[in-house]
Amino acid sequence: MAKGDPLLEVSHLVKRFPIKEGLLFDREVAAVHAVDDVSLTLHEGETLGLVGESGCGKSTLCRAIIQLLTPTSGSVKYRGKELVGLSRKDLQPVRRDIQMIFQDPYASLNPRKRVGQIIGDPLSLHGLASGSQLRREVQQLMDRVGLQPEHYNRFPHEFSGGQRQRIGIARALALRPRLIIADEPVSALDVSIQAQIINLLDDLQDEFDLSYIFVAHDLGVVRHVSDRIAVMYLGKIVERSPAAVLYERPIHPYSVALLSAVPIPDPRVEAERKPLVLEGDVPSPVNPPPACRFHTRCPWATEICSQDEPPLAEYESGQAAACHHPRNVDSQMIAGATVAVDSPASASDVLPSQTEREPAVTR
Amino acid sequence: MNPSARPNPEPLLSVEDMRVRFATEDGVVHAVDGVSFDLRPGEILGIVGESGSGKSVTAQTLMGLTRSPNASISGSVRFHGTDLVTASEEQLQSIRGREISMVFQDPMTSLNPVYRVGAQIIEQIEAHKEIGDDEAKERAVELLASVGIPNAKERVDNYPYEFSGGMRQRAMIAMALALEPRILIADEPTTALDVTIQAQIMALIQRLNEERGLAVILITHDLGVIAEVADRVLVMYAGQIVEEGSLDDIFYDPQHPYTWGLLGSLTRLDQPPPDRLPQIGGQPPSLLAPPGGCRFRPRCPHAFEKCTELPALEERLPAANSHADRCWLEPSEKREKREVEGRIGLGAPA
Amino acid sequence: MEGMGQFILRRLIGMVAVLFAISVLVFLIFNVIPNSDPAQRIGGKNANEQLINRINEDWGFNDPLPEQYVTMMKKVFTGDLVSYQNQRNVLDQIEKGIPVTFSLCIGAGIIWFVLGVVFGYLSAIRAGRATDRALTILALIGISLPVFWLGEMLLYYVANKAGLFPLGDYVKFTEDPLQWANHLILPWFTLSVLFIGFYSRLLRSNMLDVMDEDYVRTARAKGLPERQVRLKHVLRNSLIPIITLFGLDFGAVIGGGAILTETVYNLPGVGLYAGQSVASLDLPPLIAVTMFGAFFIVLLNTIVDIAYAYLDPRIRLGTQAA
Repeated sequence: MAKGDPLLEVSHLVKRFPIKEGLLFDREVAAVHAVDDVSLTLHEGETLGLVGESGCGKSTLCRAIIQLLTPTSGSVKYRGKELVGLSRKDLQPVRRDIQMIFQDPYASLNPRKRVGQIIGDPLSLHGLASGSQLRREVQQLMDRVGLQPEHYNRFPHEFSGGQRQRIGIARALALRPRLIIADEPVSALDVSIQAQIINLLDDLQDEFDLSYIFVAHDLGVVRHVSDRIAVMYLGKIVERSPAAVLYERPIHPYSVALLSAVPIPDPRVEAERKPLVLEGDVPSPVNPPPACRFHTRCPWATEICSQDEPPLAEYESGQAAACHHPRNVDSQMIAGATVAVDSPASASDVLPSQTEREPAVTR
Repeated sequence: MNPSARPNPEPLLSVEDMRVRFATEDGVVHAVDGVSFDLRPGEILGIVGESGSGKSVTAQTLMGLTRSPNASISGSVRFHGTDLVTASEEQLQSIRGREISMVFQDPMTSLNPVYRVGAQIIEQIEAHKEIGDDEAKERAVELLASVGIPNAKERVDNYPYEFSGGMRQRAMIAMALALEPRILIADEPTTALDVTIQAQIMALIQRLNEERGLAVILITHDLGVIAEVADRVLVMYAGQIVEEGSLDDIFYDPQHPYTWGLLGSLTRLDQPPPDRLPQIGGQPPSLLAPPGGCRFRPRCPHAFEKCTELPALEERLPAANSHADRCWLEPSEKREKREVEGRIGLGAPA
Repeated sequence: MEGMGQFILRRLIGMVAVLFAISVLVFLIFNVIPNSDPAQRIGGKNANEQLINRINEDWGFNDPLPEQYVTMMKKVFTGDLVSYQNQRNVLDQIEKGIPVTFSLCIGAGIIWFVLGVVFGYLSAIRAGRATDRALTILALIGISLPVFWLGEMLLYYVANKAGLFPLGDYVKFTEDPLQWANHLILPWFTLSVLFIGFYSRLLRSNMLDVMDEDYVRTARAKGLPERQVRLKHVLRNSLIPIITLFGLDFGAVIGGGAILTETVYNLPGVGLYAGQSVASLDLPPLIAVTMFGAFFIVLLNTIVDIAYAYLDPRIRLGTQAA
């Protein structure tokens, strides 16, 4: 595997949770479309930021990738090897390579286990170390993540939130994985501690040769660590883009809104800004809006948006967005747009047209 | 930003040397250690701080919500000639919800799940006003509509779980404003919400402040939110105010290293990202035994000998206009030290 | 979306299934226990082999088990069930016992619920202080006293020696309401004590948890008087698990939990009858009494589920609340 080869390839992944009811026998009456035809690629040494708000499916996506949940359909290939459908035994070696860090540092550590044990368990489970060697390994890890090795025998409640998150990171690192999926690792932390943890993850990436999927609910947090960013809304990827360009020229209206919602900590600039404030709430994933799922809240939606699911269109800038009325693109970009290979199967292949440049808002 | 927040009108609320201590199993926790500030009519006062800074305890103590057998509260909170710290429960009950209202952080758990939303609003109205049930219900519908809840007439009979997070927070705000209080205390009102919903709620609070001259005490750990709406800012650390001033003072001429650290660790989406996210090393001190001297000293790269003595909260700038801080450094030194890679930040230890 | 009607229908089907399973179980167990030979019981002490064989023939005891089971079930549903021991109709006996058992259980139920809630509430609002400590001690004593011991003690000291109350037995309400109550006071107390202790502890603990909830803080912040906060917010929410527990306990008590109390005080209820049938290993009353008990337990369970949905709206609409 050379640097730059795809480490992880997710293709058309679907995860539905059926809702069952019935008198004697349960029938499926509805389903939560948590992840609805999502594709993404992660290369060696890369960090992919995955951004979306509650209910967008990003956490479900992570768990489906790592096979903690069995996908309803679609494929997840790690280093070319298909993970979906593998037995637990066959998944075991892959589990060493893909690890996860969770959001809530208060809930994700077993309060009855000592820290040394929490970090060391993966090593002993996989038979990689034991006894005093195990202890040394664990203490080295603790030191590397900024914890004091003498605290080996303490319990989680004796640590602060930021320290607990470091424990989680140490545990994830124990098996020397290649890929770490970090599910909102800093959301529950104070701002100044967030910076510490993000810097730590950054340093560890170079040192341990890691690739990350970094999940967050706002664009501010992922900016520093991501090479590329994917934006999710109601189970679908609405935009994916190299990080730098997304912050300058977001294409999908939802990305525009997300970006707009992050306040600029500069009063004069804030006073001048006219942020795009979305109306209403995120629709329920049980009954998502037809065609373009964002059309119910989109200020630029027209008739076609409620009839035709836009394909994920790939632009020359390396960005891709699923929208009939893309923002921040000029006619040249539109002319060069193609339907992306990973565009959802349910989408049409109607690319944004030149004539529809500034449509009237019909709402 | 309210044009009526001129300097020196008579303050609406005046807090003087508030101290709150809790007796716990591990010892006495000094949650709030000498906090004083004024709130002027129509002003939005932002209180910024992280976990353990004492900002929430300060806010809740204003309304006497922290009173308990193991709490010891001293100082004074003057509102309309009454000292809320020593006022009786009855006096406080008549002020709560009517003159001063509060909304809390987590709208999921802040509403009673077994009563309808409308009923909870009506309950508040009827606690303070002689009013018929029908009239009260009409008022509840009006209130929900005024905060932007669609179909208020049907939704007034919904249960809290039938509302989304953002709508619940709006309902809480509507309920808090039912009796047209002078002051709204918002304790991290948007922290538990998605970022696009956060924007909606902040826009709502701003509108209410502009349209009704509602004074707001906004408690948050997010300086970005402060930059959007606040007039004046208090920065709290380890139970004390370490810096206070106008919005411009705090953002463009901050005087305390902790403020520099907070500003530095923020991501600014309108500027290119720094190579390394500036951070504040270490952690906030334990409130069981606050360190002697300046409480930020253990984490401050600019600490020097004088810092073993606790600085008073004072105006230290020559043209001071209620911009005060607790730092012994000279203003000229401060201007120098806070420039890190072209922006304001804490800087690394020497 | 499941409505109330569907829900009830489901439960009825479930109830039938449970009753069926129980009847089969009791039947099989009985047939496995030694010393339970019914022919022997019917024939009496001096039965000779010839008599036993004839009884086996007449009563169908030589038939294969499934056939015997079906025959017995038929008798249950036609009201034709007769005891092996004394030839009396089982269902008649049960019918006679019902008013007694109901008088005992319903009375005790009301007492234990009301007192349990009152004591629990007081303990919670005065937590840590003298009232709380005293009530806690009382509660623990109540939980620890075995029913039969307490019953005997009360009978001996209060009824016999002090002569304050009658020595057991039952007087029909229709005959003399005052005496009816008089005879039931000690049994009511005996049966309630355990539950009062338990419920007051449970309510106390629930209330202390609820008092820390965010919505209670909101209620105070709204300026509601403390008493209103306590009753409408704290108590209301804390009661939900208590009420549902009450339903289950009450069902269990009617269903057979009152055996000891009825025996000690000689109250001719279903419990006493059940006790006697167990002692004499008499199958027909056993099956009938067990099914009677199971019926009430399942019934109360269902009522509790419906009540829960009414009390806690989050449960009500099922999946929508998710």
